[in-house]
Amino acid sequence: MKNVMEIKDFYFTYPKAPKPTLKNINLNIEENKITALIGPSGCGKSTLLRSLNRIQDLYPGNKYDGEILLKINDKMENILEYKKENKLIELRQRVGMIFQKPTPFPMSIFDNVAYGLKFAGIKSKSEIEGRVEKALQGAALWSEVKDRLKESALGMSGGQQQRLCIARAIAVEPEVLLFDEPTSALDPISTAAIEELVVELKERVSIAIVTHNMQQASRISDYTAFMYLGDLVEFGETEQIFLNPKEKQTEDYITGRFG
Amino acid sequence: MESVFKKLSLTSATLILLLLTSIFVVLFIYAKPAIDEFGLKFLTDPRWGVTVQVDTPKVDKQVATTEQVTDEMAQNDNLQTEDLLLDDSSDNSDSLLTDDEDGSTANTKEVYGGFVPIVGTVLSTILAMLFAVPIAMGIAVFLSEIAHPLLAKPVGVAIELLAAIPSIIYGMWGLFYFGPLVSKYVGGQSVSLLVAGLVLGVMIIPFMASLTRDSMNTTPAVLKESAYAMGATKFEVIKDVIFPYAKQGIIGSIILALGRALGETMAVAFVIGGVFTFPKVVTDPTVSIPVVLANSFAESSGMSMSALFYLAVVLFVLSFAVISFAKFYFLRNKNEIFNK
Ligand SMILES: Nc1ncnc2c1ncn2[C@@H]1O[C@H](COP(=O)(O)OP(=O)(O)OP(=O)(O)O)[C@@H](O)[C@H]1O
Ligand SMILES: [Mg+2]
Repeated sequence: MKNVMEIKDFYFTYPKAPKPTLKNINLNIEENKITALIGPSGCGKSTLLRSLNRIQDLYPGNKYDGEILLKINDKMENILEYKKENKLIELRQRVGMIFQKPTPFPMSIFDNVAYGLKFAGIKSKSEIEGRVEKALQGAALWSEVKDRLKESALGMSGGQQQRLCIARAIAVEPEVLLFDEPTSALDPISTAAIEELVVELKERVSIAIVTHNMQQASRISDYTAFMYLGDLVEFGETEQIFLNPKEKQTEDYITGRFG
Repeated sequence: MESVFKKLSLTSATLILLLLTSIFVVLFIYAKPAIDEFGLKFLTDPRWGVTVQVDTPKVDKQVATTEQVTDEMAQNDNLQTEDLLLDDSSDNSDSLLTDDEDGSTANTKEVYGGFVPIVGTVLSTILAMLFAVPIAMGIAVFLSEIAHPLLAKPVGVAIELLAAIPSIIYGMWGLFYFGPLVSKYVGGQSVSLLVAGLVLGVMIIPFMASLTRDSMNTTPAVLKESAYAMGATKFEVIKDVIFPYAKQGIIGSIILALGRALGETMAVAFVIGGVFTFPKVVTDPTVSIPVVLANSFAESSGMSMSALFYLAVVLFVLSFAVISFAKFYFLRNKNEIFNK
């Protein structure tokens, strides 16, 4: 088993917060596997996920401690040491992110998917077209939108928009994809489509997904991490976590006794 | 309850329309004599209050007209030429001849044309917009995206305070400080079309900047974050996400600022010069419609009064046309984005 990311003794403190929001987190993201993060609201799942691509750095004053390692050309690099903007841009191209609400940009469907490609330095028109088609196919969206690529992405349904965001993220061929409750704003059918897609995607990328939906976590993930009040309480194979959790808190949470 | 509310809002909505039409109708009625007399030639005629000799057989009508305006004509009796001399209607007191109202005026008439103030208004507004839009956009981008929150807050408040300063203060500042400064570094007089345009621009910058900043701030954080998450730089996020997202609000703020600039009186009155001459270069003094109106009503009557109302109608139509054009243009864009 190979890890694409390793989180070691990680602490995170928001600006002006008296105590760290995340404490002593140790967690690995395995290659071509789905790792689910579960836990009650406010336990720090999003905070952890947002540390993995340093997107929280858009807001100044956060404090990191420990290490977050990312495998780059078979070497592990500590992404918390990145200071320069171009290093962060490179990181975000390797570690994509999909948010809770679909976030299509105010431009055409095609331009949305092509958006990241120009930052990746891809200029040839035919290559861009090829990558856009491939990404849309990868996101199971191609047949629905191939005739309306020039239309605004804002006219799509919520489920389509979310798949567009996935297409946009996979177009740059990242190593890791982070999903923060990607289906919580969607209807059951769109949710099922996204879940199926996420499972398909793990052939190509490693995935970390935050979810409040226990069934979803147990259906699609290979590993599950249970967090509570900023601590990582338990981490293991999904089957083990759901069928015989070692910690009492985990058991209480997944059986619905709190949270 | 609901029906009361419905009626109330319907009444207020109709009231606004009624008000708008009645303002227009009143302006039009007062302007009628001048509209009949000068027609559309008024728009392209650079003469204001110039006495010309009448050489047509339509003497009856001319007499009827000229009798209404003998006051103004009196001081222009010494200018009985065909030379299209330009004259400033506001310097009546300079005139020495005031008493021969009879006989000699029978074959002359006063000509009024709005070309100079119309051009002055349009040019000073264009200058103001050219100057103000880029700077206001820069300020808005700085405040909403670049400045640290600790800096953006106080600077933002300062900008809002600047937007609240009465325009006459901008006029005074323009007359006593900014005008001389411009004339020192750019040349020309310290009151000119250029100074008027720049002072207008300075006046609308805070207004435009704070409205634009507000609409940029409505861009959802998660939308910006997802652009950054794609590896975009700050500049790309501003260009590709924030500007398109806030486009309507930005255009709206530009339209509002444009409306203010078109109708601005006090700030311009101090610095444009107030003379009825066509500006050959941008540093020449000239006049704008609101300034003519503000300066000349006190000593006007009859045809000159009516001509002022004609100017007011022109300003009304001009503002209305500009704003509805911009409005329709941006409504169309809105449909493009949201209805496809
Ligand atoms: N920008 C911020 N500044 C300060 N504290 C924050 C900030 N964002 C979140 N927090 C706090 O950090 C803690 C963890 O928040 P986080 O959003 O990571 O929780 P979560 O597990 O994702 O919750 P949810 O399931 O509701 O999304 C919460 O107590 C929250 O109040
Ligand atoms: Mg969250």
